[in-house]
This record gives sequence, structure tokens and C-alpha cells, in this order.
Amino acid sequence: MADPPKFDKKSRYTEGRGIAGAFEGETVTRRRLMEGGVQVAGAVAVAAFALPGLGFALGPLFEKTYPETWQNVGPEDDFNEDTYVPRVINIAPDIGDSGKTTIYVRRYNPRRDKKVEGQDPEPYVAISTRCAHLGCPVRYIQASQKFVCPCHGGIYGFEGQVEGGPPVRPLDRFYARVTSGAVEIGDRFSLNSELKRFAPRDPSNHLDGLWQYLYPSRPTT
Amino acid sequence: MKLPTPPLPKAFRPSPPRPGRDRDGANGKNGPATKPTTKEQAVEGAASAIGWLDERSGVSPWLRWLLYRKVPKGTNWFYTLGSATLFAFLSQAVTGVFLAMYYEPDATRAYESAARISNDVFLGEFVRGMHKWGATVMIILIFLHMGRTFFFGAYKYPRELNWVIGVVLLVLTLAMGLTGYLLPFDQRSFWATVVAVNINASGPIVGPYLADFLRAGAEFGPTTISRFYALHMLAIPGLIVALIFAHLYLVTKLGTTAPPWLKAEKKDLLTEEV
Repeated sequence: MADPPKFDKKSRYTEGRGIAGAFEGETVTRRRLMEGGVQVAGAVAVAAFALPGLGFALGPLFEKTYPETWQNVGPEDDFNEDTYVPRVINIAPDIGDSGKTTIYVRRYNPRRDKKVEGQDPEPYVAISTRCAHLGCPVRYIQASQKFVCPCHGGIYGFEGQVEGGPPVRPLDRFYARVTSGAVEIGDRFSLNSELKRFAPRDPSNHLDGLWQYLYPSRPTT
Repeated sequence: MKLPTPPLPKAFRPSPPRPGRDRDGANGKNGPATKPTTKEQAVEGAASAIGWLDERSGVSPWLRWLLYRKVPKGTNWFYTLGSATLFAFLSQAVTGVFLAMYYEPDATRAYESAARISNDVFLGEFVRGMHKWGATVMIILIFLHMGRTFFFGAYKYPRELNWVIGVVLLVLTLAMGLTGYLLPFDQRSFWATVVAVNINASGPIVGPYLADFLRAGAEFGPTTISRFYALHMLAIPGLIVALIFAHLYLVTKLGTTAPPWLKAEKKDLLTEEV
């Protein structure tokens, strides 16, 4: 009586594993290969629409949405060192009034403004009205020389530094320059509590000490 | 001479005689056949239509499994809160489809188109009101439903997975509230959305990216409102519908629980034999 053929279940070859219809030297069954091929084809097909779709939705995170512009807000004579003058600038195009924002502009005051080492002061201080807590519009009260937020009670001093309430950092500012006698306003920048400049951050993002590393700046800035 | 029969389609060919009648339509020898009444014909027609569908889909065992299941003693009105939430969702879906026919998701036209729905469109105020107040009703119902599940202990084994699905549905419903709030595009909805997006930005590491994703950029821009609109009417409702199916499947499979004040009946099976 002949011995039954011996099969090694761990054999590299399908023939050696005793699989019916196996070819000589075959290591993967045709069924397994087809299964794998169909799975790969399906994955490629899904990726072909899913990845571009994902990139489409996430694209704005990685591109600079608006070109850098300088907006004229009036002649130098309109502004002084001791009080703020409100001006309206455009921060998002094509959406009418909702793309506009109010800023407060005054001339740099060497007696009152804090100097920050390694940083040239801007000739004009252009303060953003976007509250550093959650982005509500703050209002400047001349009598108390403070910025007050209507939503959650944030209070800022003359330089935009936090004096009370929940805000985590001073009010943002805009770059300013003077071109042939007119004051021009550029991009936004953020400040920490020492009035050191940072790339623009969202409201609610801390910028002091180790906190600043938890709130990275945009890839585009 | 008999003319050959033209090749008529089956529907036009004369039907064979009913049982109990001879070929001329007169009463046969098996006694008089009564003519079916209109009601009988209607019932017969409906039954045969349903039979046609069932024979081809085999759906009736599934429907019986879904609809004719046993419920425990003590089932009461609190058990209808889930169905009520489902009904609120369906109402939101239907009114939302009709609102989408008039609404324009564009920052310069959204407010005017929403105002036109309220002021000019026939029944527009009613449909918009249904959608607005229905959203609040749905949130209230979903929390009542959640409270019922919690206080009746219906989240316990083996129903934990359904609790988890329910919580995801709650979060998605809140996301519907957040994205829908911007769409009327008045001062309240604009600033509420600014604040909500900045709350998202306050999360460490991922927060700033999440806020940029929601706004489609660093500032509230031209595509923010269309982004919220797409999430509100396509992405999130799709997820909600899929999860509602999973939720209902598990409810049907696992059954509902008896209220906690009902003690299990003690059946002493061993002594019963004696």
C-alpha cells in the first residue's frame, strides 16, 4: 500500500501544500492573486476620487488665499499720537460688507508705546478690532482709553494689551507704511504679551512661553 | 372560414373564462359564480401587486422582522422619543430640500434670498419656520431620548454599541445646528459663526488647522458660506441617514428593554414540573 502523498503545510509552493490544480513552482494561488488584484484595483479607484476630493477641501489650509495688498486709509494729517481714528479696510474680496473690517489707526507715540528689542516700531499703529478671545468686534472708548469687547467682556489698554477678561493675548495689528504722504495698511500680525510680533494667529491662540508651540502658524506665513 | 388570430400582445388577448363559468360567460354547471365586487377587485389587485414585489425581492420576512417584534411589558410613551426624533429629522430633511430651491449660498445674496423665502415665497415663512423651529425640537427630542435611554439603563450590555452610535448621531445633529446657523447670514449668524470657528481654533495643535478648514482660509471668505452649506445639506445628513439605519438595525436586532421598575417574573421552572 502506497504511502499517501506527504504535504508540508508551510511549504513555499502551492504544489507542496497540496492545493489542487497547482502549477509547478507556483507560490501564490490564482484565487489569492485575483483577490489581491481586485482589492488593489478597488483601492486605486477609490483613491482616484477620494484623494483629490480631500485635497480640494483641505487646499485652503496650504495656500495663501489673498494677494498681499496695501490699502490707503487717508493722508498722514488724519492721524495723531494720542487717539485712535477708525478706518474700514477690506480683508476678504468679493463678499461685500462681510469682507470688511474696522481698524483703529494712530501715529506711533515714542513716549507711550513700549519698545520691543530687535524690532523696529511701525510708523503707525493699526489695531485690529478682532478680539483675541473669540473674534468679536471690539470698540475703542476714548474716555477710558480702552478697547472693550461686547461678547465676553474682554478689556484692552491703549496699546491693545490685555487688561481684563478672557483674551489670551493683545489685539492683533496690521503692518503700516507711508507712501507719498498717505498711510497704507498691509497684512495682519499677532503679538504676545511683550508686544513681540508673530505670524497672524486665530483668536484664542496663546502666544506666550511654551504655549506658542501648541498653536502653529499657517504653512503660508 | 375562420380568420387567423392577429398577433396581439398578451394584455389585449381575451382572458380565459373564470372558474365556474363557461366560455360564453354564463354560469357553469358548478353553480352560479358571483361577480366580484369593486372592493374585492381592489383588494385582489393590491395583493397581487404586493405579491409581485415580494416574490421578486423576498422582502416580507425582513419587514415582519422589523415591524412585528416582541416588546417587553411596561413599554410606555417614553419609548416613542426615538421615533419622534426620527420624525423630526425627516421633517428637517423635507423642509430643507424645499428651502434649498430658493436659497443662494453666496455671501452677497444669502441674506436676501433667505429674506425672500420669508417674505415673498408662497408658504415660505411656514416652511422656513418649520425648519428653524424643527431644528430646536430635534435637539430637545434627541436629549430626551438620550435621557430615557440613560435613566432606564437601556445603554447596558448588549446595547453599548447603539449608545455609541447614538452619541455620534447627537454630535452630528449639533454639527447640523452649527453649520445651519450661518445660513440666514444676518448679524447674529455671522458673529455666532465667527465665535464658533474660533472656539474650534482654540484646540492645541489641530485647532488652527480645523478653523482654517471650516473657514476655507485664514479669514471668513467668499467660500465659507458655500462650505457650510455643503456640509449642512450633503455631508452631515448623509452620515446621519447611514447611522440612523445602523441604529435602527441594532434596536430591531437587540429589542428594547423593560422599564427598570418592572421586576422579572419569577418562574420556578423546576417546581412547575411537579
